[in-house]
Amino acid sequence: MRLACGVALLVLALSAAATKMDIPADAGFDVRLKKLESELRCLVCQNQTLADSNASLAEDLRREVRELASSGKDDDEIRAYLVARYGDFVLYDPPLKRTTWLLWGGPFALLAGGAALWWIILRRRERFGKLAPPIADSGAEARGRALLDESGAP
Amino acid sequence: MKTVRWSIPLAIFVVLVGFLWVGLGRDPREVPSPLIGKPAPSFALPQIHSDKPLSTAELTGKVYLLNVWASWCVSCRVEHPLLLQLAQAKIVPVYGLDYKDNPDDGRAWLAQNGDPYTSSIVDLDGRVGIDYGVYGVPETFVIDRSGIVRYKQIGPLSVESLQQKILPLVRELQK
Repeated sequence: MRLACGVALLVLALSAAATKMDIPADAGFDVRLKKLESELRCLVCQNQTLADSNASLAEDLRREVRELASSGKDDDEIRAYLVARYGDFVLYDPPLKRTTWLLWGGPFALLAGGAALWWIILRRRERFGKLAPPIADSGAEARGRALLDESGAP
Repeated sequence: MKTVRWSIPLAIFVVLVGFLWVGLGRDPREVPSPLIGKPAPSFALPQIHSDKPLSTAELTGKVYLLNVWASWCVSCRVEHPLLLQLAQAKIVPVYGLDYKDNPDDGRAWLAQNGDPYTSSIVDLDGRVGIDYGVYGVPETFVIDRSGIVRYKQIGPLSVESLQQKILPLVRELQK
């Protein structure tokens, strides 16, 4: 019973502490947090940002970000704090390194491959176009014209 | 020349199918943990069955599993029989982290479902959970003698994950 009371008191104290947490009444601070949170991914609902998500983990992480920021940490330090725990996946703008070069370079490689293919095809078409012999069989041409005239003029 | 013309798109297609095939078998929810190979984040939290705090310092020197659970967690019930079996087999001590849970609910849950844990610590506000990069309960960490995280299982344990990954790793670390 005493334990239960103790726990209840602790919970009350914690919730009181949470509501009384000194939040700087500074609009610039909120804007900065909002911007930072919208560059971070929520791990529970993976296609939502930390700013948009209602998941309870996102709430906790927003609280953590706010506290880190109020304690004077800059954006890079806060990002590093989250990356150390959740990995590069929390960043919507992951750094370029060995494990992410395919992610960053892949689209450009595909674009370059497509451009090369396009160029090859164009060149080949041009070459074959030049080499294509004119219609040598004048008889065939005459027959073709006759057919066109026949169908064109009733 | 003809074969070359056909083999290039075919090769691209095969590579693409290969990527997609591998992608099908992977779970996008499993985000690799940056903690692997790093020291387990330290904590000193009250235990669920006693007010005496348990700290990471007391756990160094042995190989143990840290299982993140909660009474509100549905899939914890799926892995719970396996944890009970593991505790009975006494292969490796399993410590619990009762994540963002009312300790009373946690105790009632353990009384109802059985308590496989050498001890469970209570993480009321989820801070230690954040330090461990917890984002979906249950999660299980394998931690070695010197307190280094060696493996992280995201989601419920299964017979396969225990037999193929966790238990061989534990035996290796206990050598």
